[in-house]
Amino acid sequence: MSIYLLPVLILFTFVYAKMKKVNVYSSFIGGAKQSIPLVVSIFPYLVTIMIMVQFIRISGLASLIAHFISPAFNLIGIPSELCELVLLKPFSGNGSLAILNDIFSTYGVDSYIGRCASVIVGSCDTVFYVTTLYLSQVKVKRLFYAVPCALIATLAGTVISCLLCRFM
Amino acid sequence: MNKIWFWLIVVSICILLYINPEIVLPSMLEASESTLKLCLSLCAIYSVWLGILQVMEDSGMNKKLSKFLTPVTRKIFGNLDEETNELICMNISCNILGMGGAATPLGMRAMKRLDDGSGDANRPMMMLIIFASTSMQILPTTVIGLRITAGSASASSIILPTIISAILTTVVGIALALLCEKYRKKRAKK
Repeated sequence: MSIYLLPVLILFTFVYAKMKKVNVYSSFIGGAKQSIPLVVSIFPYLVTIMIMVQFIRISGLASLIAHFISPAFNLIGIPSELCELVLLKPFSGNGSLAILNDIFSTYGVDSYIGRCASVIVGSCDTVFYVTTLYLSQVKVKRLFYAVPCALIATLAGTVISCLLCRFM
Repeated sequence: MNKIWFWLIVVSICILLYINPEIVLPSMLEASESTLKLCLSLCAIYSVWLGILQVMEDSGMNKKLSKFLTPVTRKIFGNLDEETNELICMNISCNILGMGGAATPLGMRAMKRLDDGSGDANRPMMMLIIFASTSMQILPTTVIGLRITAGSASASSIILPTIISAILTTVVGIALALLCEKYRKKRAKK
């Protein structure tokens, strides 16, 4: 079912546009043209955050923090095996996919830990990554509560995921 | 963001100086190289999606879509001008449909339009960030793909819990933001 969703949606878009007498070819070009300037403008922001992700992983800082924070996480129902994933998730989508794969091969895909990790990765986005990208376009210095709220929500989502995986 | 970045980098480099000073510079270069690769693939993804989105825009499809979502966005984001509202509606629907590649450029354009140049983030900007960073997805395609590759017996068993927890995450985020907004207004009045 789901494999048809996107292709049909794209086909529908083109046919609908044709019916509305839009010149689909040049319209598509007009849109595609914007991609290179956009990527050029986000590149420096991404490099900066990726260097940080790289550093906290190879220096072992991430697993060190995970080690210290795991008792607190255990209290709210997050297994200690998932701490590193939960900590890195807000920073890097690719990084957390790599950890997810590690978890699959260490604990098994269909184990409680494996399913839990899948739900955590699937259910929320990377807070810092998204924030960095969105802010790269504007000159905003003060963000007030946006990031803390998103982080708390992510943490709540993680706890909920762990709970749901016990029953479902 | 500034402080978090600075301290994590400083502490990491200090640790690395102690365990293996040789890898500091190479790992920075490696990170930047992998980002460049990421940007190349992002560029490819954005070209396709921005093309499709432009077609949607020119045919007026996004206006129809945003009509559906406007009651919701008005509650959360407040009153917006028409074009920004459309961008946000498209951003949300792309996120829900799992087209993350399409959602990001839309979100960035919406942010640009929301910016009032005061240097402070305003309410709709913060809501947009929270919405995007807790975004819900109907089908976690990447994760399911990974599970199949890892040999899962029931790769799609995670769909339902994922959807539930994704919706709840977004709800918690928005609720918290609304609370903070109330608190801030109260303080501003005093």
